[in-house]
Amino acid sequence: MNYSVNKKGFYGEFGGAWIPEMLHSNIEQLACNYIDIMESEDFKQELDSMLKEYVGRPTPLSYAARLSEHTGARVFLKREDLCHTGSHKLNNVAGQILLAKRMDKRHIIAETGAGQHGVATATVCALMGLPCTIFMGRKDIARQQPNVMRMKMLGARVIPVSSGTCTLKDATNEAIRHWINNPSDTHYLIGSTIGPHPYPDIVARLQSVISLEIKEQLVQKEERDFPDHVIACVGGGSNAAGSFYHFLDDRRVKLTGAEAAGEGTGTGRTAASLLTGSPGIIHGCRTMLMQDDHGQIKGAHSISAGLDYPGIGPLHAHLHKSGRATYTAVTDSEALQAAMLLTRLEGIIPALESAHAVAALKKIKLLPHEIAVVTLSGRGDKDMDAYMEAIDGAGVEETKKIDQ
Amino acid sequence: MKHMNALTNLLEKKRQNLLSVYFTAGYPHKDSTTEIISSLQDAGVDFLEAGFPFSDPLADGPVIQQTSQQAITNGMTLDCLLLQIEKARAGITIPIVLMGYLNPVMQTGMENFCRKANKAGISGVIIPDLPPDQYEARYLDLFKSYDLHMIFLVTPETSEQRIRNIDRLGSGFIYAVSSSSTTGRQDSFSDRQKQYLRRLQKMNLRNPVITGFGIHSRNTLRTAWENSSGAIIGSAYLKALMREGSGQKAITQLFGQLGLAGPV
Repeated sequence: MNYSVNKKGFYGEFGGAWIPEMLHSNIEQLACNYIDIMESEDFKQELDSMLKEYVGRPTPLSYAARLSEHTGARVFLKREDLCHTGSHKLNNVAGQILLAKRMDKRHIIAETGAGQHGVATATVCALMGLPCTIFMGRKDIARQQPNVMRMKMLGARVIPVSSGTCTLKDATNEAIRHWINNPSDTHYLIGSTIGPHPYPDIVARLQSVISLEIKEQLVQKEERDFPDHVIACVGGGSNAAGSFYHFLDDRRVKLTGAEAAGEGTGTGRTAASLLTGSPGIIHGCRTMLMQDDHGQIKGAHSISAGLDYPGIGPLHAHLHKSGRATYTAVTDSEALQAAMLLTRLEGIIPALESAHAVAALKKIKLLPHEIAVVTLSGRGDKDMDAYMEAIDGAGVEETKKIDQ
Repeated sequence: MKHMNALTNLLEKKRQNLLSVYFTAGYPHKDSTTEIISSLQDAGVDFLEAGFPFSDPLADGPVIQQTSQQAITNGMTLDCLLLQIEKARAGITIPIVLMGYLNPVMQTGMENFCRKANKAGISGVIIPDLPPDQYEARYLDLFKSYDLHMIFLVTPETSEQRIRNIDRLGSGFIYAVSSSSTTGRQDSFSDRQKQYLRRLQKMNLRNPVITGFGIHSRNTLRTAWENSSGAIIGSAYLKALMREGSGQKAITQLFGQLGLAGPV
């Protein structure tokens, strides 16, 4: 089975570039050039140095002793939360900026949901002296103020999006429209493994540094270059794609993606696109998405703004359909419990997104000798309001148990 | 007797100063479709584009976004629109082209869609996010067998080779997007845009070229007519419809704006 994208931009039946003609020349320019640029020595050197000196890579692969004891397997945490700006998003942004520079693009635009990708983009644009415009849904602006302020301080123009559901999917529409209207000097810096080909492949390649490091670090720590399990959360799916990437052809490694179930997959208030969706087209990509019988795309719901997307990257749709990876649904409250658990056992406050991956540890069968790597995609500073509300409200069972 | 495709008929007889109007079906009301079609037909518009709404119209500007959102709220669906047209069929002589995004069509199923469109007397289809290569590989035979034109867009950035390929695959007409932009954005046509339309004219394409995006005034209409076979008006008509509330009043106001006295 081949898990790489084919020449036409498909992963099995998913992917492709279902775009209006107005985007064709931009997308084609990218599709024709990205591999040559990204595989060139000078690109690789510049990116490596940026990842090391600016992003802070390699990030640790830490053995989590107390979480392991609690879980009943040997759990390692891949610490993407320790990247500059607090999440894995910077890996992709660093690479795409270098790509944009080589394609003579002078203006960067991006969409953002929780604001992590927006902050990462604004950060690297400040570093490189490039003007940047970030599209963000009005609802997300209201619930993610600290990130909005960071973006503004970094010099980004933040455009509130009031169309549709006023969240990530609409911010993405608006970024695409802006690109249609400003095609020649602008690079659209997509933040996840979504959108038309070649974006899902570009972002997966740039995030693949996560699994590359996991391999190398396991050799040093465990004298083997593969874990038994890799677990990561999926919204659009970029940190999961990066965590799975170098293990896709290694059947010894079981891959698990944690989708955001929201209030539950049966409630209609969910973001579990693979587990509750059907095939369709969103943002130029054929994938699994949440829609009604007439093909109107539904709003997603998750406590985590970063997973609040009604579609999913085509690579994950393909891994799901082919059975190569398993996807499990984690509810809002399970994610909150897992966040508290990790905080009290390991002294790490994870992002709500990453807490979904931690919660998935309880949903898969683990043997005591097995090595499970959980990718902590980001840190939890931005989610303190949600955490405080949960602690002050009904209380969190996990915390009570540990405190006793 | 097999009835002739109405758009084929029209384009055999008339190849200049064509005027087409786009409307979002289901706006302002779910059942506005019949009144809008008959008022445009009575006003002498040459053919119509009936837009079926989509939640995420990424090639469209604010006017079509807003009307689409309202139409969805009103309960308009692709199947509902086809049924409305089929029911009103006896009174419709004007060719109708359907326009909308691929996802709603995929959920109905392409073959099912083609069968129903044919039954409703639809002449052709514009699906901006269906690329020509995918159409050729998956759907071309289907469209031919149901006598439906597939109409593709070209822009100033579309290469000559790609235009030739689109001319080969598509039929009915070629939709020349006046600039690389979303719908309803421009004020006037630049020399560069005129040159682009003239370049298309000189290519001796199999299909006539009709210009759309940004036509809203006497001036822009004339430019489109002088440099291509016709003009398509969308956002400007919908804006009039927003102000006026009825198809009849909206087209009268639009004609005034375009400097057209009465029936063209």
